[in-house]
Amino acid sequence: MSRHDALIVGGGPAGLSAARALREAGVRDVVVLERETEAGGVPRHCHHPGFGFEQFHWPYSGPAYARRLRRDVNDMELRIGASVVALRPNGELDVVTDNGLETMTGKVVLLATGIRETPRAARLISGDRPPWGVLTTGALQQLLHLVDLRPCRRPIIVGSEWVSFSALLTLRRAGIKPVAMIEEEDRITAPRPGDLIARLLFGVPVLTRTRLLGILGRETVEAVEIERNGRRERLAGDAVVLTGRFVPEAALLRASHLAMDPGSGGPVIDQHWRCSDPTYFAAGNLLRPVETSGVVGLEGEAAGRSMAAALAGRLESPLRRIPVQASPPLRYVTPQVISVPGDPPNNLLFRARVDRPARGMLRLLRNGEEVWQRKIVALPERRIRLPGKSVSLDGIESVEVRLDPM
Amino acid sequence: MSVTQGDFQVAVIGGGVVGCAVLRAFALAGARAVLLERGLDILSGASKGNSALLHTGYDAPTGSLELDCVREGYDAYLDIRERLNLPLIETSALLVAWTEEEHASLSGHLEHATANEVEGVIALDRHELFRRAPGLSSQARGALLIPGEHIIDPWSPPLAYAFQAIANGAIVKRRCEVLSGELNGGQWHLQTNQGPLRADVVVNCAGLFGDLVESIARTPPFRITPRKGQFLVFDKSAAPLVDTIILPVPTKTTKGVLVAPTAFGNVLVGPTAEEQDDREDTAVDQATLEALYKRAVEIVPALKDQPVTATYAGLRPATQFRDYQIEAIAERQWITVSGIRSTGLTGALGIGAHVRRLYEKAFAPLADISDPVWTPVPNLAETRPRPYQQGGSGEIVCHCEWVTRGEIEAALEGPLPAISLGGLKRRTRCMMGRCQGFYCTWRVAQLAAGRLQVPATAGAAA
Repeated sequence: MSRHDALIVGGGPAGLSAARALREAGVRDVVVLERETEAGGVPRHCHHPGFGFEQFHWPYSGPAYARRLRRDVNDMELRIGASVVALRPNGELDVVTDNGLETMTGKVVLLATGIRETPRAARLISGDRPPWGVLTTGALQQLLHLVDLRPCRRPIIVGSEWVSFSALLTLRRAGIKPVAMIEEEDRITAPRPGDLIARLLFGVPVLTRTRLLGILGRETVEAVEIERNGRRERLAGDAVVLTGRFVPEAALLRASHLAMDPGSGGPVIDQHWRCSDPTYFAAGNLLRPVETSGVVGLEGEAAGRSMAAALAGRLESPLRRIPVQASPPLRYVTPQVISVPGDPPNNLLFRARVDRPARGMLRLLRNGEEVWQRKIVALPERRIRLPGKSVSLDGIESVEVRLDPM
Repeated sequence: MSVTQGDFQVAVIGGGVVGCAVLRAFALAGARAVLLERGLDILSGASKGNSALLHTGYDAPTGSLELDCVREGYDAYLDIRERLNLPLIETSALLVAWTEEEHASLSGHLEHATANEVEGVIALDRHELFRRAPGLSSQARGALLIPGEHIIDPWSPPLAYAFQAIANGAIVKRRCEVLSGELNGGQWHLQTNQGPLRADVVVNCAGLFGDLVESIARTPPFRITPRKGQFLVFDKSAAPLVDTIILPVPTKTTKGVLVAPTAFGNVLVGPTAEEQDDREDTAVDQATLEALYKRAVEIVPALKDQPVTATYAGLRPATQFRDYQIEAIAERQWITVSGIRSTGLTGALGIGAHVRRLYEKAFAPLADISDPVWTPVPNLAETRPRPYQQGGSGEIVCHCEWVTRGEIEAALEGPLPAISLGGLKRRTRCMMGRCQGFYCTWRVAQLAAGRLQVPATAGAAA
């Protein structure tokens, strides 16, 4: 069994940024465990600009951002092909490599396992189940960019989130023209003018109020059946790209002793990125779906600084953990608890989402008294942020975030 | 009957669970046997959607051939499983009554199980039931405990049977469809899409196509009606919630919707029973899947909010008869093995032994080969050590199912390599977990480059 000051599970934007922050804080004995054959995470296979901006104020392409993150930690210990298969109390991890199973222990451990898209089965999609042609954006991009395989010629893109346009850009770069992009709602999920770009720049029709009814084709995709304006139609194509509906990659967490938040799908954390077992920290999109890579990178840095503080004995063990109350239409608020004692909340930022479109007054209450408010129009895919610096920890009894209709 | 060079004593048509077990039985009896499978891989028909239960036969018709084969198959599985490295997850089963009427019928099922000589079946009152299955809905009225019902791996056993048959001299031809046949000069002359082939005796194990293949030898006395069963698989996080097979009270036509653990550490709910004409339509539909989800939550309330890992459908080759349709037709040099439904996985080894006895009675004696080769398969069950835990098998490629590079490479090699994506998945479980290939599709594509049949629309980037 090997022991280290810090172990980082996941070498994507959050994990690599945390590694750098740890080193900058003087922590040398850090091991990053990355299960893929290369670190960098999801940006590795997103060949278009828009990555790491909040972190580096530069619109890197995905692969360039991943390279930058790797370069920043190239003097640190990074193990690729190392899969963590179990988390145990006191920072004990079961790790699988070429050599089989070994146990590694960290005085502190960061969970930064990221997100993935919801695949066909979990969406309960009807129809034939061809072995080929039904894939997520992630699988599509990895096939095109990591192994140079072209899995389709005329795909249908399902969904209209940011990532759906990432799929569109990926396909265009490979010379593949999608048949259409379909979206159940009245409007596309990504902010405008995404649909105009799709339509005008790429000549791809964006069909809103269009529901996927089923997949047709037994060996590979031949068509999809859709419902549009109350009519069933058949749309021919050779692949279905299921985009977005991100979920945290939280399987390890679910199987562990750590507390989960069913609303976010990620771990319960406090204002110092600590899980219910304070040996464990968590950052990045494992916390919830989904923030941009730059935000995730900044979270990784902040979590890394917290871990360094814990190692230096500057982060006290929580005596009390005050839950941050959140009620519908709020689906979750992170952090889910405030630990006392803790640092002054100067940099505390609550992040929230709604589970349905809503408008009203967003309020932050401390000990039952309103300390912050703002009028908002909220959509499930839109991020909500609340500054937490007014949540003084002295004499704190309760914290609540509410969205009151008005 | 004389056997000439290049010919076979036995040609088995159909490489499902039953065909593989029959092939193994003949190979271990020294017969020159060939298996002809029309699909890209064995197990590509009814068998691919089996529910992985090892049945005791507690509810099979007393005195039926099905019961005999299930009992013999059950014992044979336990006898050979260690030598083939096949799992046994000893879960037992609870046959749970949800209505007063069902509750009243339990004593009849208990009597039936006793008549079938299935040991240890006892009635449980509500108190005992909830002590054994605390996660069960409080709506349950009572149950029968069937201690011998267990879970196995749905695909490794038939694969192991085929591998062992091959290692002991049998031949497996895939993508080999029998188009017609003629009994001529004491031999069957089969026309296949791969050319002609001669065999002394033909065994029809064609499953969903059983009646069509039967018409080569005679007017089929039965008709296959495919019965679709849709399933839904919960993620591994659901595993602690269900540690026993929860059976409904069966009806005449179906064993009903069960909730059960899987060998791979998931929870399964299904199957439905939907009759259809199409022999290959394994489509799923959202309304049915939602109903299965709802039913699972009614049975085990804590399954609510558990993520779904997979959905699939299988087809059972039902006939108008309740029992298996197995007989040797001496004058046609033909053995019919048809109408094998839900119990096929358990019954297969028993069916193999039975078919061998029919062969010996109708055609010629056979003798066990001395020192048969055993071909243990890689273990995929969570209850036994897996390659990722043992080392030396490379890094994990499929992160959801913890499939190593070595396992994928091995499945693409050997005497019966995977040549289809489905075949690779069934041999290794890669891409069958919760992410359904989000993470590992590219690695699998890289490792399998040039080895798998891919559709014309997919290929190297231009």
